[in-house]
Amino acid sequence: MNFILDHYNYWIVVFLMMTGFYIVITANNLVKKIVGLNVFQTSVFILYISEAKVSGGTAPIVTEGATLYSNPLPHVLILTAIVVGVAVTAVGLALIVRIKRAYGTVEENEFKKMDDAI
Amino acid sequence: MSDFIDLVLLAMLALTGLRIIFLKDLFAVVMLFGIYSFLTALIFINLDAVDVAFTEAAVGAGISTVLMLGTLALTGREEKESSHSSILPLIVVFITGAALIYGTLDMEPFGNPDNPIHKHVAPRYIEDSPKEIGLPNMVTSVLASYRGFDTLGEVVVVFAALIAVLSLLGVPKEGQQKAPASGLKSHQVLRVVAKLIISPIILFALYVQFHGDFGPGGGFQAGVIAAAALILYALVFGLPNAVAVIGPRFLKFMAAAGVLLYASVGFFSMYKGGNFLDYNKLAADPVAGQHYGILIIELGVGITVFAVMLSIYYAFGNQVERSNIQ
Repeated sequence: MNFILDHYNYWIVVFLMMTGFYIVITANNLVKKIVGLNVFQTSVFILYISEAKVSGGTAPIVTEGATLYSNPLPHVLILTAIVVGVAVTAVGLALIVRIKRAYGTVEENEFKKMDDAI
Repeated sequence: MSDFIDLVLLAMLALTGLRIIFLKDLFAVVMLFGIYSFLTALIFINLDAVDVAFTEAAVGAGISTVLMLGTLALTGREEKESSHSSILPLIVVFITGAALIYGTLDMEPFGNPDNPIHKHVAPRYIEDSPKEIGLPNMVTSVLASYRGFDTLGEVVVVFAALIAVLSLLGVPKEGQQKAPASGLKSHQVLRVVAKLIISPIILFALYVQFHGDFGPGGGFQAGVIAAAALILYALVFGLPNAVAVIGPRFLKFMAAAGVLLYASVGFFSMYKGGNFLDYNKLAADPVAGQHYGILIIELGVGITVFAVMLSIYYAFGNQVERSNIQ
């Protein structure tokens, strides 16, 4: 049981990562691909934050009576990564809007066919 | 108890992720993704990462969802049947997953205080930062001071993303003709409730901005929350009304001003004889200098993030309104 609890977070992270990966490689629709990428990205965030956790510790804000704090460094890295992540997602969505305008579709196989026809 | 909550939340997250694969209705996919983000935020709180949870709830569930819905309004909400065979991707995913699971067997046990990650750098941040920086929130100390250079880079990336989106989609013009379907005129309850909560949201954003040194929060979160207030206004009362409050040209100016404010703190500390972003030199007392430095750069971050998020929303909203007119 202890072995499972020790690795449970990592296994869920791998599961989510593979879910995101599967969506990215099978989905034809570009918006769904972006959702898949975001799922993948979030799984990495959870991996970092799981690493930072200390059992019996508390959030890294100094409080009276607390001696054990979780590791603040991964929190900083992921905090900025989330904001940069949404900015990059916005760029991806903007590209999708332009693809829709140029091809009239956002299904990967359909505009690939149009490209081949040219 | 905390472990048990962790087990349940992560299982719910896995189920949500799995459901996203099979749904063909993209509107439902985006809504599920919002739920997914909120679950992630809860997990972050349970894992003691309060600052990160704050950001994830505001950014992942708020801004991302709105932007994806904006894109769906332009591209259609039905996903067509996939032409790929699903056998080969499944094999690839299973092999990669199995390799990664095999890798996790060597990982240190979850939550053990003796893990190598807790043995370097982190003890210094935890023990010395309250004395050196004088702030109780270690995440803010590391973000704004120890890794201030890194954070400047992140802010520049966010700014660069704005440039990319605006060059792809263009900027809405001020005083353009109103789309007939702009805003939600028939939803009286929504309009009244929105009017009531928009000002508290902005007040809360300011609180998060200036209280971030002492509790969870800071420039990134505050910027996103303030942008969310105006996005709500634009959603309910129509884009042209929101553009009349804060115009896109002013926002572009704000986005650049935030980055410049941040960088100028760095140059000012060089002028005072320190290194780039060395706040100790900003005042006679090093700890007071750190306070000034962090306050100003967090303000710069907040301004840039607010302006970038709102401008990106304007760019998407403008596309939707244009397609409504046509």
